[in-house]
Amino acid sequence: MVVIFEYRQILIEGTLVTISLAVLSLLLSVVLGLIGAFAKLSPSRGLRRAGSVYTIFVRSVPDLVLMMLIFFGGQTFVTQIGSLTGLWGYIEINQFVAGVLTLGFIFGAYMSETFRGAILAIPRGQIEAAMAIGMKPWQIFRIVTWPQMVRFALPSFTNNWLVLVKSTALVSVIGLHDLVWNAFSAGRSTHKLFTFMTAVMVVYLVITGISDLILRIVDRKYAAGVRRA
Amino acid sequence: MEPERTFFEYLQSFSEAKSPIDFVLIYDNLGRFFDGALVTLQLTFLALLVGGLIAVPLAIARAYRKLFFSPVIRVYTYVFCGTPLLVQVYLFYFGLGQFKAVQESFLWDPILSSPWWCVVIAFTLNTAAYTTEFMRGAIETTPHGEVEAAKASGMSALTRMRLVILPNAFRRSLPAYSNEVIFTLHGSVIASTVTLQDLLGVGRWLNGRYYLAYEGFLTAMIFYMAIVLLITVALRLAEKRLLGHLRPRETSSSAAARVAA
Repeated sequence: MVVIFEYRQILIEGTLVTISLAVLSLLLSVVLGLIGAFAKLSPSRGLRRAGSVYTIFVRSVPDLVLMMLIFFGGQTFVTQIGSLTGLWGYIEINQFVAGVLTLGFIFGAYMSETFRGAILAIPRGQIEAAMAIGMKPWQIFRIVTWPQMVRFALPSFTNNWLVLVKSTALVSVIGLHDLVWNAFSAGRSTHKLFTFMTAVMVVYLVITGISDLILRIVDRKYAAGVRRA
Repeated sequence: MEPERTFFEYLQSFSEAKSPIDFVLIYDNLGRFFDGALVTLQLTFLALLVGGLIAVPLAIARAYRKLFFSPVIRVYTYVFCGTPLLVQVYLFYFGLGQFKAVQESFLWDPILSSPWWCVVIAFTLNTAAYTTEFMRGAIETTPHGEVEAAKASGMSALTRMRLVILPNAFRRSLPAYSNEVIFTLHGSVIASTVTLQDLLGVGRWLNGRYYLAYEGFLTAMIFYMAIVLLITVALRLAEKRLLGHLRPRETSSSAAARVAA
């Protein structure tokens, strides 16, 4: 316990990195998820197919493999494109960017499934009614679709977020100084890895506990007007 | 004047110098990737098998809350479902050595100091925790009528569990279990972080050895995709067979609609 207190500074720093990584990935995944959901529901067959290829691809490749491919391969790829076109020289993709891109990409696919289900759960008549009174597509999305979509999507969204938070631990493998990496190096130098790993687990449980609380409040806000059984 | 070359030598030089991906090198190391795939599959299925066996009694205990150890199991599943698998693997592989008692115990030399066993233990406990939770849900949602019917026909509690509740709960949890199988496979890449040569481990080895950027990871990725495809197809067949009675029955009008479409 005393050791943990001595190293509190780098543990707190690591926790902040982990949290910011998770939040940024979540934002990216929501954007990708919305695009993916609308692609899957679009009347165009090509877009629908692209949407399902996205989901199938993400489901079949483990996250760490994709992360390493983006971190190690992406660097070379971007630099090669730069030297081919002569537009830019050496560009470095750091671990944080690679982590956000990978996690956002992966969870975007899961989010797109979540949002697709939520949009389908909105009665079709409401959208027809909105069109009938002359709302523009953006207005329909903002006033009719979005508030109810959030309500229907929230349970599955919560689940995705919790899995996402746990997946952030993987960025320590490509060397980002997140909570796991910092705790690991602290544990290495003090020969107390069990203590430090237990501390990491506690931090993750606290993060998930707090997000559970926040999401319950959001749920209450968006469930206004729903009669609970 | 270029010297005469065999077709393979031509391919080799093209692959090394011109193409962005050195596919001849991948071809040369394909055997290692198959070994890696074997390690991945071993880890995944061993964990799933043992984890599933552990999960059944735990799920029953959780579903019938009266048993006093239900809260203890809840703490176990909460901790293992709420923390990253990577940290759990680190806890077992690097963490246990912190204690003198563990290092001196008879288990240390054959099991707890080997990365393979530590990974298997961590994976098993992890998948058992997830399986326990969704199987508990399946047991709890057993229709009351089924239990009543079993009671009415004079089955004892054990027979009821064995013949009515468990088989139906297994069936209903099959879709969730398909996800769990895929996630366990995805999680198995973590084995490569503790020096095991699984698929990703081989990919990392190849990239490190020849100083490459994509080849190892791309090959590993294709292998993973193939494995997931096979597992998905197999599980879908199982679902079709075991959950066939729950599918919407094909009526003559729906068949006609399909022909028309």
